[in-house]
Amino acid sequence: MYPNDYYYSQDHEWIKVEDGQIGVVGITDFAQKQLGDVVYVELPEVGTQLEFHQTLGVVESVKAVSDIYSPVSGEVVEVNQALNDNPELINEDPHGQGWIVKIKIKDESELQKLMSATEYEKYIEGIEE
Amino acid sequence: MKQTRLYPLHKKLKARMIEFAGWEMPVEYTGIVEEHLAVRTKAGLFDVSHMGEILITGPEALNFVQFLTPNNAAKLFPGKAQYSALTTEKGTFVDDLLVYCLDEGKYLLVVNAANTDKDYQWVLSHQGNFQVTVENQSDLVTQLALQGPLAEEILQPIVEKIDLSQLKPFTFSWGTIKGEEVLVSRTGYTGEDGFEIYTYSEKPALIWEVILEQGESKGLLPVGLGARDTLRLEACLMLYGNDIDETTTVLEAGLGWIVKFKKGDFLGKEVLLRQKEEGVRRKLVGFELLERGIPRPHYPVYIDGQEVSQVTSGTFSPYLKKSIGLTYLPVEYTQVGTVFEVGIRGKRVKAQVVPTPFYKRARE
Repeated sequence: MYPNDYYYSQDHEWIKVEDGQIGVVGITDFAQKQLGDVVYVELPEVGTQLEFHQTLGVVESVKAVSDIYSPVSGEVVEVNQALNDNPELINEDPHGQGWIVKIKIKDESELQKLMSATEYEKYIEGIEE
Repeated sequence: MKQTRLYPLHKKLKARMIEFAGWEMPVEYTGIVEEHLAVRTKAGLFDVSHMGEILITGPEALNFVQFLTPNNAAKLFPGKAQYSALTTEKGTFVDDLLVYCLDEGKYLLVVNAANTDKDYQWVLSHQGNFQVTVENQSDLVTQLALQGPLAEEILQPIVEKIDLSQLKPFTFSWGTIKGEEVLVSRTGYTGEDGFEIYTYSEKPALIWEVILEQGESKGLLPVGLGARDTLRLEACLMLYGNDIDETTTVLEAGLGWIVKFKKGDFLGKEVLLRQKEEGVRRKLVGFELLERGIPRPHYPVYIDGQEVSQVTSGTFSPYLKKSIGLTYLPVEYTQVGTVFEVGIRGKRVKAQVVPTPFYKRARE
């Protein structure tokens, strides 16, 4: 369920590192299930500078509004425009086509603050109980 | 938290549960959008047992109901229900409700869960010299709602002693389902055709299960409070605590049709009459966003840069696929087509007054 080569945050974002410095960011399957049907995504502008844990956008389901926090510091280099017309991609494929932004990672050591897939699975088990 | 008698069935269906008005209620089973669309196109089954029921009986029951509510309860007869309100002396809402005339001298008020205790106390405190008995039956009653274009087709084969095809909107009749006695009324809170089913049965699970079973092949889904809210908003039905409360009058809410000035005295009549003559200063309007975003309750509303009110209800409409909402606006800005702004996380987003209801079902 949770890919082994991704990192996970306590706020239920994931980040996958591509080409060294670029991190693809999305929300986890757990998060999308909690939210329910996603109907709107507010994306940041390309070029936005993000601090670790800064709000980078908003995901809204019919019922709830949820901030998306940046799992690392860096610059937004690409946003997933497909979400404007198809926000449900976040429900259908949260760890793939439902990605939200790509960030040029400023400090790779920040990744060490995040969880591995195994750690994250344990973490959400604790929440579900 | 209180649980309805159907709680174990919701758990079995793996519903996501939330706290609502002190009750642990299902908010969604398979997903709000899917449940919403099932009600619009097929049918949905709701557990709404959290709703309150207050029974008023006695020789002066009608007079008492007439005094408490602005609609004309004298028009009711056994088997007829009407939408009305409990009003304050100021013409504002203690609650909105349905009045059922169960029999001569016997009226049932069906009220909002969040207001049941308040309403019961309100009714008691206004009893005065009226010769009536007031009873809060909320814990005895299970209420289900079966809503959607296929509701009649699903219900008729399992309900005995009622010919549903003869049951007109806002009428009801007594029958049985699985041997359990039920009151079936052609009412609802979704904008669709459908029924509300009341029972004192100790085994209401039998009723819930047989309806689900009967409807399964027809696309019936259990539906939670999440879709109940989006359905009622598309149909522009009021939600107490959001769109109406003790600060908003019945006329401001656009519910002048439930105020019958000629019927005699009732709480709030004087204020409402004056307001009718002078005209209201603000009115509840429906709006759509012209730009991207979703309006939510309490988001600020701006006209010419000035904050004038807040969104009372707002959502992304699953059926119309638009962002819709309700808000009170100064009456000079309530014409359809008027453009104003809603503040969404610090940004001003353009909105436009539109006709309500947002959704109206096609009638045969």
